[in-house]
Amino acid sequence: MSTAPLLSVRGLTAHHGPVRALTDVSLDVPHQGLCAVLGANGAGKTTLLRTLTGLHPATSGRVLLDDEDITRLPTEKVITRGLAHVPEGGGVIVELTVEENLRLGGLWRADRRDRTTFDEVMALFPPLAERRSRTASTLSGGERQMLAIGRALMARPKVLLLDEPSLGLAPRVTRQIFTLLRDLRARTGLTVVLVEQNAAGALSVTDHGLVLDQGRVATEGPSDGLLADERTRHAYLGF
Amino acid sequence: MTHFINLTLNGLASGAGYAALALSLVIIYQATRLVNFAQPALALLSVYTAYTVTQLTGSYWVGFAAALTVGLVVGALVERVIIRPIARTSQLNAIIVTLGLLLVIQGVVGMVWGNEQHGFRYAFDYVGRFAPSDVFALASVGGVALLLFLVYRFTPLGLRMRAAAFRPEAARLSGVKVGLMLTVGWGIASLIGALAGMLAGPPFLSPNVFDVVFVFGITAAVVGGLDNPFGAVVGGLLIGLGMSYVSGYVGPELATLSALVIVVLVLSVRPDGILSRPTARKV
Repeated sequence: MSTAPLLSVRGLTAHHGPVRALTDVSLDVPHQGLCAVLGANGAGKTTLLRTLTGLHPATSGRVLLDDEDITRLPTEKVITRGLAHVPEGGGVIVELTVEENLRLGGLWRADRRDRTTFDEVMALFPPLAERRSRTASTLSGGERQMLAIGRALMARPKVLLLDEPSLGLAPRVTRQIFTLLRDLRARTGLTVVLVEQNAAGALSVTDHGLVLDQGRVATEGPSDGLLADERTRHAYLGF
Repeated sequence: MTHFINLTLNGLASGAGYAALALSLVIIYQATRLVNFAQPALALLSVYTAYTVTQLTGSYWVGFAAALTVGLVVGALVERVIIRPIARTSQLNAIIVTLGLLLVIQGVVGMVWGNEQHGFRYAFDYVGRFAPSDVFALASVGGVALLLFLVYRFTPLGLRMRAAAFRPEAARLSGVKVGLMLTVGWGIASLIGALAGMLAGPPFLSPNVFDVVFVFGITAAVVGGLDNPFGAVVGGLLIGLGMSYVSGYVGPELATLSALVIVVLVLSVRPDGILSRPTARKV
């Protein structure tokens, strides 16, 4: 394992039409890092993730994954380089069955006939295993989030980007998902970037935090430090 | 009773052509929410190619294969070269362009092959009740529909195509090349459109030969539910049967009108078509 950051964002700037949504954002996530991206509504969190996977074009700046420049790659290529992205609301395809959603996630892999990953994901989410041949439209919000994460894991990513997994979920389910992220890191060495409104929850499971404010990095540092810093909490995190 | 059976068999045979054309429209609509008005023109190009190839080689089946190949290739090319850049600006523009393409291709076919009628043979003997050519029409459309179902439901390509059609962004995030899936979809759709042309074209070809067929094809697609391939097949057969019964029992002059009656009846009961998916969508 190299000591260079696994995911490195250098001076990233992006626009929504004429409006600048991200200004000179830099971020380093080490191997097996758990990084929270926080900030108010409209601070640019979702745009940051969408720019990382090429769903949104970068105006300038660079994104490096494992020292490879992926800034201008189309989304479907970025995914095959090892960056997985669970968009806001999960992006589950409700017309497909649970099993089809999961298989879709690993379809691009050369070893897609190997069932190991599929079985692992099923073991990770028992409710999905029970409903594997049902369409995803029959799942609850928490189950859909599990399915979305499961589909991302089917790609065996190096880095998992999660956009507001707690959105619309009961606090208990949110805690389960946060705990799961730590477990995954411990077991598989997964690196995670977690975008969250729920700052307290996100900081309690991550080891690094970055606060965006109007598209700029307002502050960043170790998660426990941010949690303890009253000024940051009041100014940006609202608790 | 014999009369009824005759009418039913005739209806199914002519319905097969409508079903195939409806299927080709639905495949594209499902993936892009776009009604491809150029579909009959692509079929026209395919069938005229078959006409020429058959004349040159003397073999109907070489011409048949040429028609399907032209359908596949030209359909894919139209999507990649013409529709995709325009669909980026607006969906409506793309629909208008398919309409323009219809006129252009019809014009070009008239320039190349002439506007007078050409005799064009059926695949098999067509004389008599439920002749071999009728059996062939039903069997080939049934076979294509079944094959399509199997590909969509059970192959990785089918899974990718469905994902790309339902949720393009989620598909891209799963590593699916959504653009390629669209091109493949247009190719398959136009291949089936070419098949529809080979079935509905005879006995005479002219640049406007598919105008009426297209009206019934799109009627069939709407009746069945524009986003359901099965609905397209059911709708096509239903239109074929309805027209056959009406022309047999009431009079052939009312056959076309009966298609309209079927549309009105079906849509007043099921506004999205017989087999449409529920329209509730996530916003």
